This record gives sequence, C-alpha cells and structure tokens, in this order.
Amino acid sequence: MNPNIVNFVYLIAGILFILGIKGLTKPKTAVRGNMLSALGMLLAVVVTLLNINTVDYSYIVAGVVVGGIVGSIMALRIQMTSMPQMVALLNGFGGGASLTIALAEYFTVLGVAPQSFADLVTSLAVDSSAFGVGVEGTIALVAIGLTVLIGAVTLTGSLVAFSKLQELMKKSYGLPGGPIGNGLFLVAALAAVVCMVINPGNLVAMVTIVALALLLGLFLVMPIGGADMPVVIALLNSYSGIAAALAGFVLGNTVLIIAGSLVGTSGLILTQIMCVAMNRSLANVLFGKMAAGGEKIDADEIYAGKVTSAQPEEVAMMLEVAKRVVIVPGYGMAMAQAQHAVRELADAMEARGIEVEYGIHPVAGRMPGHMNVLLAEAEVPYDNLVEMDRINPTFEDTDVVIVIGANDVTNPMAREAEGSPIYGMPILNVDKAKNVVVIKRSLSPGFAGLPNPLFAMDHTLMVYGDGKKAVVEMTTALNQA
Amino acid sequence: MEILILLLALFVLSLFLGVELITKVPPTLHTPLMSGTNAVSGITLVGALLAAGSDGSPMLVNVLGFIAVTLATINVVGGYLVTNRMLAMFKRK
Repeated sequence: MNPNIVNFVYLIAGILFILGIKGLTKPKTAVRGNMLSALGMLLAVVVTLLNINTVDYSYIVAGVVVGGIVGSIMALRIQMTSMPQMVALLNGFGGGASLTIALAEYFTVLGVAPQSFADLVTSLAVDSSAFGVGVEGTIALVAIGLTVLIGAVTLTGSLVAFSKLQELMKKSYGLPGGPIGNGLFLVAALAAVVCMVINPGNLVAMVTIVALALLLGLFLVMPIGGADMPVVIALLNSYSGIAAALAGFVLGNTVLIIAGSLVGTSGLILTQIMCVAMNRSLANVLFGKMAAGGEKIDADEIYAGKVTSAQPEEVAMMLEVAKRVVIVPGYGMAMAQAQHAVRELADAMEARGIEVEYGIHPVAGRMPGHMNVLLAEAEVPYDNLVEMDRINPTFEDTDVVIVIGANDVTNPMAREAEGSPIYGMPILNVDKAKNVVVIKRSLSPGFAGLPNPLFAMDHTLMVYGDGKKAVVEMTTALNQA
Repeated sequence: MEILILLLALFVLSLFLGVELITKVPPTLHTPLMSGTNAVSGITLVGALLAAGSDGSPMLVNVLGFIAVTLATINVVGGYLVTNRMLAMFKRK
C-alpha cells in the first residue's frame, strides 16, 4: 500500500484519539469520546495489517486472539473497587509491549538472533550504520535503548504495584541505600545503553539493559505502599505513554508518537495533581518515607477519655433533624464495598428533604477518581460529588458530616500542627461542621501513622464496626423514624 | 534526518496539546481517563504487528512480536471495554 495513504490514515487515527480525550472533559460526551478513540485504534490497526507484506499471519492472529480473550475477561469481570489493580496491570502490559517491540526491532536490524543462552555473550561486528545513516543510526539506537529501559521499568514496576494493591505483597522491600541504590542502578542501566549505542552488536550490553531495568522497576515500587499508590499508578501510566512514544521514534511511526505523548502528559498531570493534594514532592513520594514527626505524638494522650462512641440508631436520630449532610468517603468504603449502602442512606435522607452531597478528596482511595467511579457504580449523580475546594466552604453550614473509611484526609493536624508530617496537606475541613460522625473499625491510625484529633472532638461521634453494616443500620433506623 | 526532526516536532506539539486537553478533564472522570489513555497507549499494537509479521526474520523476532501483540491487544481491548463500562455508569442519571 502507498505509504502516504498509511500515514494519512494514521493522522485520522491521531485526530480521533484527540477527540476521544476531548470527549472525556464532560461526563455526557465521555462515552462517545471513548468510542471515537476506539474507532481510531481500529483504523490504525487495520491499515497497518493491510500494509504488512507478510505471508505468515500466524503470530499476529495468535497474539490478537489470546490478547483479545484475556483483555475482555479482565475488563468485564473486574469489580469497580479493584479498578486500581486493573489499571496497574494494563500499564504494565503497555510497558511490556514497548519493551518487546524495541527488542524485536533491534534483532531484526542485526539480522541474527541468539539461538541459545551461550549466544547472548557474543559480540557481533555491527556498527550503528545498520540502524541508519550517520547520526540517524546513533539516534535510532538511543531510542531503542531508552524504549527498552522505560518499557522494562514500567513492566515490573506495574506488576509490583498490582501485587501490592491486590495484597499479594504486603511487606515493603527496598534496595539498601534507598534513593542512592536506585540511582546507582539507573546510572548502570544508562551506561549499558551507551555501550550498546557505541557497539550495537554487543549483545551483553542489551541483556544488561533489560536485566537492570527490570530490577529497577521492582526496587522503585516495592518500598511504596498504601496511600501513595495513586501517585505511583499515575506515574507508571505516564511511563507507558512515554515508552510508546519512544517506540514511535524507533519505528518512525507518527501515530505512536501522537498517542504516546498524549498518554505521557496525561499521566504526568495526574501525578502532579496527586502530589499537590498531598503537599509532597514527587521525589518525596518515591524515595522519602513519611517522617515520623518531630516529637512522638501519643495517641492515648489525644484520645484518652475524650472519644464518644455511638450506635447507628443514635446517628439516625441526629440525621432526622438535619437539613444538610455531607458524606466523606475514603478507601475504607471501597474495602467494605459500602458504596451501594451509602447511596441508599443518601436516598433515605433525600426522601426526608435533607440536602446530601459527597465531599471527595483528590487522593481518597487508591487511584485518581477512585471514589467517583465507585459512587457512579452505585448510581449517585455526578453533580452530587463535590471537589475539595468547592465543598470546604460549605462545612460550616452543614449539620452532619458522615466520614466513612477516610482518615488522614480529614486530620486537622494538617492545618494546625506545624511540624507534623502531614502539616500543609490540603484536607477536607469536616471538623467545621456542627456534627461529625466517623464510621471506622477502630481508632487505629491511617497511612500516615498519626492519631486524628478529629476523633476526640466534642462534636464527633465514633461508630465502630464494618462500614457497610453501620450504614445499613442507619438507613433502617432512619426509615423507621 | 529531516524525518527525525519532523517526528520530534510532532512529539513536542503533541505534548503541548496533551497538557491543554488533560487539564480540562474533571477530577470525577480521572479514573476513566487513566484507563482510557491506557487503551490509547495500546497503539503500540501497530508496532507489534510490524514486528510479528516480519518475514524472514529470526524466530526470536517473531516470538517477541507475538508477545508484543498479545500484551498490546490486552491493553487495547481491556482498556476500551473497562472504560466504556465505567463511563456508562456516569452517563445514567
């Protein structure tokens, strides 16, 4: 097929991707946007297939069938609460695809491939001119090296993120020396890239890049956990895009570059939003530990004798006379699968003429927008989901705030306790409301490991127990009143 | 070299366009945005097809191509389907 036609169709695909993301700026146009994007993908794939001069489609068909089945099953069976795991896995596969493409291109140009492990230590007499004329050859090799590096880091990093979110891996291991150890690994991997560029036939260099990058991905993500996961997932999302764009440079393919850079920026912007919402730098999230705080804060001192607990029925009595209620969900709501129960409680309140809104902190849950998806699943209208900046001024006029499974994002220490590890982090000012109800299993600290003075305040009631059960009991009591 | 410069121009302009587009996506749609862009990054399928379908290449290249096609297809199919599932929930009122 005429390469001009192919590139023209790639342009159309690129436009459809852009329109697709533009559709995502409004919930109403989002479904159509996603369809347009998928149409662009179909066009790009079909024109590529028509353009390949091959007699052997067996590898392609096998890959598409296996991938299609696995992808469909994953997408249709995954629970909304497990969406962070799904996205982490998809990121990893994207990185893995870029990695293998760059390797395939490398061995294609070399024209020979190792037949056994012994061949991996051989060095072939090939110079960069095989990859392009003059500087172009060098640049092509740099692109291959970087694609392999970033693709491999994305692959193993995402698999670790998945294992942590799925709670298959609970402990945190890191390289001795933390950031310095990781830095040394990165420098060694980059040095291997340089060796490979200077002597492209040196298979040892390529094997070294792959091995170091795979390990680097492991060591980068393993020490990170819990509430920092949204940042890691967003960052790996960005890597998968950058790897795709680099693969576009390797193959000289325009649509890969357009799509890859869109994904790369998307991930970076989300990473930035998450970091701002935690008042931490990216370096701090990736390499730092939550400081243990200047002086040790004694939880007993804060809580002793000041915490009031209540039964769901008592909360229902309080709700009866309320005019405005704000629900603040956190990861605990996802863990308890309580989103439908929460919606039913909100329905019961609205039936009594109570105004109900949801206050959503940007880092609530385990990925950006996690709470919104769960509440959308429970058919909560998205207009009722209010961002932090808009909900905060309304707390003073709110009769009852129900905090379910959220902790650090409501901790007033972030506002008041200078020197506290979370000082300066923007929070939901739920303590400004007239009454606060916190549904929680116990007084155990959240991810930051800090006690929450909110729980000891005079106008706070603690409801201990399973989130879903407590909410259902509140609804029942409210309906009977 | 000229082509390389053109590709670089395309890359840089796409980055700027990406920033403009993504900053307009509301926080409520950030999860579908991630899974949707994930599907878009499955565009590596195009590169994977080229690798898997290359004739006369060493066997290793075809095997790498097969792995790449499989992973990228999971990304594309899984990404678009799950995004559609989520967005459909946002649509109904």
